[in-house]
Amino acid sequence: MKNILEINNVTKFYKNSVKALENVNLDIKEGEIFALLGPNGAGKSTLINSICGIVNFNTGSIKINNMDIVKNYRTTRKITGIVPQELNLESFETVWNNVNYSRGLFGKKPDHSYIEKLLKQLSLWDKKDNKIKELSGGMKRRVLIAKALSHEPKLLFLDEPTASVDVELRKDMWDVVKKLNEDGVTIILTTHYIEEAEELSDRVAVINDGKIILVDDKDKLIKKLGEKTIKIELFEPIEKINGNLSKYNFTLDQTNKIISHTYNLNSNTTDITELLNDVKKDGYKIKDINTEQSSLEEIFIKLIQENNNELVRN
Amino acid sequence: MNWYGIKAIYIHEMERFRRTLFQSLASPIITTSLYFVVFGSAIGSRITEIDGINYGSYIVPGMIMLTILTQSISNASFAFYFPRFTNTIYEILAAPLSSFEIVLGFVGAAASKSLIIGCVIILTANFFVDVRIDHPLLMMFFLILTSITFALFGFIIGMYAEGFEGLQIIPILIITPLVFLGGSFYSINMLPEFWQKISLLNPVLYLISGFRYSFYEVSDVSLLTSTLTILTILIGCIIFITYTFSKGYIIKD
Repeated sequence: MKNILEINNVTKFYKNSVKALENVNLDIKEGEIFALLGPNGAGKSTLINSICGIVNFNTGSIKINNMDIVKNYRTTRKITGIVPQELNLESFETVWNNVNYSRGLFGKKPDHSYIEKLLKQLSLWDKKDNKIKELSGGMKRRVLIAKALSHEPKLLFLDEPTASVDVELRKDMWDVVKKLNEDGVTIILTTHYIEEAEELSDRVAVINDGKIILVDDKDKLIKKLGEKTIKIELFEPIEKINGNLSKYNFTLDQTNKIISHTYNLNSNTTDITELLNDVKKDGYKIKDINTEQSSLEEIFIKLIQENNNELVRN
Repeated sequence: MNWYGIKAIYIHEMERFRRTLFQSLASPIITTSLYFVVFGSAIGSRITEIDGINYGSYIVPGMIMLTILTQSISNASFAFYFPRFTNTIYEILAAPLSSFEIVLGFVGAAASKSLIIGCVIILTANFFVDVRIDHPLLMMFFLILTSITFALFGFIIGMYAEGFEGLQIIPILIITPLVFLGGSFYSINMLPEFWQKISLLNPVLYLISGFRYSFYEVSDVSLLTSTLTILTILIGCIIFITYTFSKGYIIKD
């Protein structure tokens, strides 16, 4: 699949000499959902604002559809949409005017039937004559999405799309994002909700202190860096782990009935068949077996901690 | 050119004007009426004529210029600062619009609003005094050029302002005194020689003088000097905005 976005060695300093981005390199494939993860202040918003032309970057180049975004800003911006993190809207304007205004800004001829379809898709049609100030937070977020989609972009940036929204609305938003992607829109979302990235994305990048520290397929990342824990529940409590099981670093829970062993999916050090045989050999009767895999969140925290430690060492 | 984009900004801004139509028009109408009451009646009873023109009629061009200058500046500065304040500016910056197109949309709308208000003041003045316009085309030339020039000036203020207070400082501390001291309500020939020379350093004097000439064919300075002054200020504003954008556009840093 071809790259729709290519970022090469992009560096951005703010006026106060704070380095917001440092030699960022990233390729985004057409049609994918890409999640940019990072703690607050890591540079996520600065990166997407640089791509969208909202802030100037200092060095490097950014290409959309193989066109430089500075030299060919008219062509590249026409196919790009952005949903900002904050609910930045003109409170006294109606939904209808707001969305049509956005379409006009992006150089598109008025198309009321398209805007009608869009508002219906986003469940905003019955609110079209309402002023923005009369809408709920969730509705406002939908208006921002409608504005970003008003000029039919091929590349959509969602900056923390579900920040400060309730769980129900978050799931609702995820459905909207999935539907857009099915319709052929490439989506790049920044988030610090790991479950969002886990639910939606095909690939993930982790950014910390202005640097991309990792880019990988979401599933591969979980597999590569993930740890798995096997929990074996016994019929009878045991006092301590000994015998054949002592070689596995098992831990015993407070009930003295559940023994847990954590291993890396990538390493071949743990043979589960042999482990279960050893349990049997030691005379324990197994009531239940459960396995837990580390989430993207745990991987993310681990990566950020490692990166921060490295920064301190340097 | 992104004509749809320019049109979107222009209509968006004019829509704001429509929403606040009453306050947009009521304020200049009331102010003009008050000026006629205070200056026209109180002072006009002592100064009956200046350069052969009835005092009440004489001050009309100055009053229009005062309103055009302040309205152009405040309309354009507020129009560009407000989206910066609400952060809705992101959309304009992310749109396929050149700096020129952004300026054209905002300044075009601000100048249009000022022109409408200017025309309303001329109509209002007609209720109080006889307003004669000897050179209507010249009057429109000055009116349009002044509206555009000071809307550009307001746009610059909107770009640099760090708060709503910043929008008011230059209009209140610089523009209004310059207009009052620029012969809005008197001819500089009425001043002592020293103050006449000082007044000639005030660029607004040339705008008012040229504008008054289009009404009554009387002026403190030559028409050519007035025209060159307004064109110089216009070019100065264009150069300043071009320079700011070429340096990297302050808003995007």
